Formats: sequence, C-alpha cells, structure tokens
Amino acid sequence: MGWSLIRIYTILVYGFMFLPVAVVVLLSFNENQFGSFPMTGVSLRWFEALWNNDAVMRAFRTSIILGLLTALISTTLGVLASLALVRYAVPGKNLITTVLIAPILVPEVVLAVALLLFLNWLGIGKSFALLLAGHVIFTLPFVILVVQARLVSIRRDVEEAALSLGASPMQTFFSVTLPLLMPAVAAGGLFAFTISFDDITGTLFWKPGGVETVPTQIFSMLRNSISPEINALGTVMILLTVGLPLLGAALARWLSMKRGV
Amino acid sequence: MSVEARERRQPWILLSPALGAVTLLLLVPLAFIVVYSFWLRSAVGADTPGFHLDNWQRALTDPFFRYILLNTLKIAAITTVICALLGYPAAYFIARSRGNKLILLLLLMLPFWISYIIRTMSWINILGSSGALNTALMSVGVISEPIRMLYNEGTVILGLVHFLLPFMVLNIYVSLEGIDTNLEDAATSLGATRWQAFLQVTLPLSLPGLAAGGLLCFVLGAGTYITPLILGGPRDAMFANLVFEAIITQLNWPMGSALSLLLLMVLGVLVAIYNRYLGMSQLTKGLG
Repeated sequence: MGWSLIRIYTILVYGFMFLPVAVVVLLSFNENQFGSFPMTGVSLRWFEALWNNDAVMRAFRTSIILGLLTALISTTLGVLASLALVRYAVPGKNLITTVLIAPILVPEVVLAVALLLFLNWLGIGKSFALLLAGHVIFTLPFVILVVQARLVSIRRDVEEAALSLGASPMQTFFSVTLPLLMPAVAAGGLFAFTISFDDITGTLFWKPGGVETVPTQIFSMLRNSISPEINALGTVMILLTVGLPLLGAALARWLSMKRGV
Repeated sequence: MSVEARERRQPWILLSPALGAVTLLLLVPLAFIVVYSFWLRSAVGADTPGFHLDNWQRALTDPFFRYILLNTLKIAAITTVICALLGYPAAYFIARSRGNKLILLLLLMLPFWISYIIRTMSWINILGSSGALNTALMSVGVISEPIRMLYNEGTVILGLVHFLLPFMVLNIYVSLEGIDTNLEDAATSLGATRWQAFLQVTLPLSLPGLAAGGLLCFVLGAGTYITPLILGGPRDAMFANLVFEAIITQLNWPMGSALSLLLLMVLGVLVAIYNRYLGMSQLTKGLG
C-alpha cells in the first residue's frame, strides 16, 4: 500500500521533470504557423528554418569550437592534477583539493564578475579568450572529481609491474596508466564539453558584443516571444547533449566487447 | 638531483597548471574585486581608484537592495523545501527498487545533460497564453480566455525547482544507497512499524544527503539571474539580477563588485556552517 503510493509519487516527479521537455520536442515538429497548441500537423519546416538561419548556425560554430577547446584544456589540466593527488603523497592534500574545486563553490555570477573585471584590468576585454578562460575555470573541478574517482580504482600494481619490468615512468604512463584512464579522460572531456556548451550564466558576462553561443542565442530569441524555431533549436540541443554521450557510451561498450575485455 | 628530490617535485609539476589556473582566474580576481569595490565609478573614462566606502554603504543600507536580498533568500528557501518534498520519496523509491533501478538512475541523470535554458523556457510552452494548459482548459470550456499564469514569483520558483530537483534527488539517493537495509529490517523485527523504522533509522541516516542536496539547491537557486529573466515579471528580480544590471547595463563596476561580494559572503556563511558540521566530502560524493 505505502510502496505503491511512493511509486505513483515517483512517476509524477519524473513526469514533472520530463513533460515540459517532451512538449518542446513535440512542438518543434508542429506545422502550425505560431508553433503553439493545437498542433495542426507534423512538419520539419522549423528545422529547415534553423538550417537557413545564419545567426543560429554561427552560434553553433562558436559553441562547438568553445566547447572543444574548453574540454581539451580542462581535461589536460584536470588529469595532471588528479594524477598528482591520487598517486603521490602531497602535503596539504585537502587544502589543494578545496582550492581546485573552489570554482564550483563560488556562485557562478561572482566568478563571472571577478574574472571579467580582473582580465579587463589586465587589458583583456570581453573576447573569445575571456570566454575560454571562464569556461575552463568552472569546468575544471568537474573534470578533476570525475577523473580522480576513476583513478582511485586503477590498481597501483599494474604500474609497478611495468616499472619493475624496466619501463620508464613516461613509458609506464603512456602505455599503462593512460589507456586504463581513457574512460575517465573521455568522461571528463565530455562533461567539460557539455557544461561549456550549456553555459549561459557566465557566458552573458564574458561574450563580446555580436558573438553568440547557442544558449545566449536562444536567450536573445526569447526576448521577442517563444517561437517554434526556438523549440526546434531546443530539440537539436537535446539531441546533441543527450544523444552524443549515449552514443559514445554505447560505442565504448561495443569496442570493449569486440576486444573481449 | 637525487631520486627522492625528483619524486618530491613531480606532483607539484603535475599540479602547477591547474593550481595556476585557479589562482590566476579565480583567487586573484576575487581579491581584485575586493579592492575594486572600494573604487568609485567615474562618468567618463576609467573608474577612480581609492578607498571609498560609498558602494558598501549603499549595498548594505539601500532598502531596495535589502528587499531584493531577503526576497532572494526567501525564493531559494521555498525552492529548497519543495525540492526536498518532491525529491525525497523519489530518491527513496529509486534506492529501494530492484528491477528498474538502472533505468531510473539513467533518467535521473538525463536532466543534467539537457540545457538549463531549454528546461527553463520549456515552461512557456506549458503555461503561456497559447500554451498547453490554457489551450486544454479552453477546449474543455473551463475558461473562455487564456489566463495569465507566467511571469510571477510562482513561475520563478517553479522554474528553479525544475532545474534543481535532480541535484536534490541524486544527493539523497547517494546517501540512502549507503545505508544497510538490514538496519530497517532489524528495527521492524524488534517491533517497530515500517513507518517508525523509517522515521527513526533511515531518515536520520540519510540527513547528510538531504543537507548536501539542500545546500546545493539553495546556493544554486540564490545565485541565479537567468530564471527570473525568463520566467519572472519585472518585479521578480533576484540578487544576481542586481549584479547583472550593475555590471552589464549600468557599467557601474565598483558597485557591481560590492554587490557580488555581498552575495558571496551571504552564501559563503551558509557553506561555512555546512562545512563546519558535515564537511565538504559529502558534497562531492554525489558527483563521483
């Protein structure tokens, strides 16, 4: 009795989480000119409109380049730091960890203001460089947490075996540790990319005039009113940020099955 | 160089890029805006360096700022409570279910991957004047004209709950998952009812997760300015909106610095209290 009540409650909570998103996807296929209810038919016209919308396509390019660079830098810094924290006895480890995850302890608005004002004072105004610096700094803690959790589970003996068989530390890292760490590196990179791709809070502070990322583009389109084009853009973003990681996970699984690991 | 010396230096070489980045892009900038908040905005050209208390005096005494600050804390608190009420039973269900746990967990992680702005604006499709709800009510004949449901404090809270609920569920789930189910069984075998066993055994043991989720919801909720811009009316500004206004619209950077620091201090006190009693490790558990 009690259990089935909790079950119904949980289903309602999940419905609350997903129904609005489902409506976005549904309405993006709406034929109706105003993109609202009632739906009059199924059509891809809004996706076509997106494809022909230069501003949106530019925003996509900006977001993807920004996301890839963020992922690359953030993952590199994060993996190196995680290795140090997990593999070595570093004095003051707790303090260092706190410092490294500080960017998610500080509200993003405050981080955004501080970085904007400081770099501006140094002579770096609102620019792509400022955007990249901002995105790297607040994705870094997530990468470190993900990679560290993974690194702990890799056994030290494997590395020691390689070392005792005559491999140099460098060789050991590249041919033993890194391959084992690859899933964590990939997860960290994907995480960084998605967070960067989604960000709007900091991005609105840092972006130069005229440059838009996908979220800020949606935001400026919302100023007028909600249009079916926004729903279509939302659907594309959902496909990208949800579909790609799932595809990646499936691919990784298929590869490891093929290798028989 | 001896082997030991190299061994001792190595971790610092690995750590230096990340520590350098955090120092240069977060810690120093924070220190910088502390200084900047004492400067004065000048109408033309660069702001005037100096040590003036004007910005701080205004930030702390202006009744409008105080009203917005209190309202922000109120909205964040209501959001957190609703998240806890919605999230706890759901987390409990996931933690104790057998068959479909994996799917439920996957679905729970999904909102983290769906863009915040998409999830926020999705409510316009539901509650807007030609949205799903108004259309449905009109076609049934309950109302003849669309009612105005959007752009008020209620929809701001709704949007925040929708955004933050997964954080709450995930944190509670993680701590429930760490509780030995035998404890509850032991309590019932000793004569407690299921409900008593839950209230006196499971609930207290899961409080760290609830607190971690609550802290995240509160801090993230109180620091947002996008949700009020999309789902709130002109009078539903939150404190971060003041910061945004000062920095981006009015270009009053010294004032914006003071306001950001005020927000940081208010939320920092909460995090410090939390850290004092529960420690930071609980907070990072949900991510690992």
